Amino acid sequence: MTTETPTGSVSGAATDAIRAMASRHRIHWAEAIPWIVAIAVFFMLPGYRLLATQILILILFALSLDLIVGYTGIVSLGHTAFFGTGAYVTALLATNGVPDPIFGLAAAAVAAAVLAFLSGWVLLRTHGLTLLVLTMAVTVMLHELANDFDEITGGFDGINFTNSKIFGLVKLDQLWYTSSYLYALGCLFVGFVVIRTIINAPYGRMLIGIRENSTRMAAIGTPVHLRQVTAYMISGAIAGVAGALWVQVQGNVTTAVYSFQMSGDLLIMLILGGTGRLYGAFLGVVVFKILESTTELVLGTDHPYWQFAIGIVLILTVLFARRGLLGLFEDFTARLRGGSR
Amino acid sequence: MSSFLIEISTVLVFGIAYSMLLFIISVGLSITMGFMGFANLAHGAFAMIGGYLTVTLVGGSGAPFFVALLVAFVAVALLSSVFERFLYRHLYRRPELDQVLLTIGLVFALTAGVTFIWGPDPQLIQMPDYFKGNVDFGFATFPPYRIFLVVSGAIIVAGLFYGLERTRVGAQIRAAVDNRRMAEACGINTGRIFTWTFALGSGMAALGGGLGIQILGGIKPTFAFEYLVIFLIVVAVGGSGNIRGTFFAALLLGITDFAGKFYFPEGGAFFIFAITIIVLLIRPQGLMGKA
Repeated sequence: MTTETPTGSVSGAATDAIRAMASRHRIHWAEAIPWIVAIAVFFMLPGYRLLATQILILILFALSLDLIVGYTGIVSLGHTAFFGTGAYVTALLATNGVPDPIFGLAAAAVAAAVLAFLSGWVLLRTHGLTLLVLTMAVTVMLHELANDFDEITGGFDGINFTNSKIFGLVKLDQLWYTSSYLYALGCLFVGFVVIRTIINAPYGRMLIGIRENSTRMAAIGTPVHLRQVTAYMISGAIAGVAGALWVQVQGNVTTAVYSFQMSGDLLIMLILGGTGRLYGAFLGVVVFKILESTTELVLGTDHPYWQFAIGIVLILTVLFARRGLLGLFEDFTARLRGGSR
Repeated sequence: MSSFLIEISTVLVFGIAYSMLLFIISVGLSITMGFMGFANLAHGAFAMIGGYLTVTLVGGSGAPFFVALLVAFVAVALLSSVFERFLYRHLYRRPELDQVLLTIGLVFALTAGVTFIWGPDPQLIQMPDYFKGNVDFGFATFPPYRIFLVVSGAIIVAGLFYGLERTRVGAQIRAAVDNRRMAEACGINTGRIFTWTFALGSGMAALGGGLGIQILGGIKPTFAFEYLVIFLIVVAVGGSGNIRGTFFAALLLGITDFAGKFYFPEGGAFFIFAITIIVLLIRPQGLMGKA
């Protein structure tokens, strides 16, 4: 009953904390830029819609990887396990009489989440090299299985399928990529909002805590393994959706969706852009894909130049720009501000 | 009954020959990981370069097979110590992800490099005459090269164990892998020992790359990534830093892989991944790794 007790300041600190938590969800004006660019590309560069559609889907895929690599600190070289599973679930549903694209996405998310739960529950008990090898082993094993059961998966040649109209209104078009582009953009936006909300919520802060020091997080009562598994599931589900989108807009799926190469490329894109900062995925994928397609356009597709360049870029990134392009940009703006002061 | 015996012995000889190859290449990786905790994904690329050097020396300049292997060993050992000195050294205290990324970058660059020089097609090697034909062992006949692999693999294993268990340098290496700080406190220059160990391990990988050309169907630029997964699995199953563990893991996985592909050509590579997952679930630190 005493009013002199310093509860006032304590609750003041608590409201400050709550305010700080809530303010993380606030949207900065610069966050509109990627979406404006995406819409501008749709109208101004219609000839590049195929590439742009692929970029949008890869951004969603890279965001899902960022959730575990950048935010939770789980290094995975096998994220295509979920991408590929989502892709096959959608394709096989479509060829077996369930062609609805949205249902396909949902089924892909569920299937990938189940796989992530089953594999994550056991894999995430290991650390370091063992974890890395196991994530790789799971993906390579699925790739092998997909090749072995080629009467179901279509093997190297793959299977073709068609989806029904989105919400019964528009057909995914594989010629001009008009509806496909907007469909991919819509899905990316929804996926982005989900991930942004998650990482700014207390749950997301908890994941960052686990990344920084899992022993301390365990000491203050966080069920570390459970949190890691749920993050792995969410990430897997979103990767599954990305895989489903990838094959829906192409109308074709091959065993390449499980390839180790794709896992590696994806990680490189994310690192290039910058991990643990959301927009790193956007920047990394765009820069990587534009550089790649430019090199292919200038020098032809069958050449080692691109591979050489990306290898050197990766080495330089690790040595000199570990926080990625976005990190460099942050340093640059910080210096500008410091200079003007 | 005798056909069954022939079958079993064929699987064993071919499987063990492959296991020896896996061990020769993976052991360097295992020591590097156990020693410095460094995830060197470029190890497969070192083996690949060894393979290419061997092919070129034998095919281009007509060098004897064994001389070519020796040159490949020395050249890659030197090359890798340059990488160690100028690239790897900066990353020993950095997180695993950084090491993984740097070495993946190196694999990309080296893969592109060999594609520039040798092209994307597999390079085949002309083996010396004494490795041709078949050797009759009474109950079955085997290609002499596989027998040679089994025997030379056994000699290398024996040499490595002797070197590590019975010599002063070997004791220092074991001490440093076990507890680096303690070894340093005892006056062992772990940095220098590591450079030598790293060079030796990479040289062994090159040797394995050269020895493997024949039984892996030629050497090609995709080698570095294709087999990296297998080498990593051998190290993880054996327990990183543990040479005996790596040896048994190589035997287990090599024989299983060959037997799997022999009896179930459809589901080939599936078995070793299944074994890997089972072993690591029961013992996350590997067969003989430290808990």
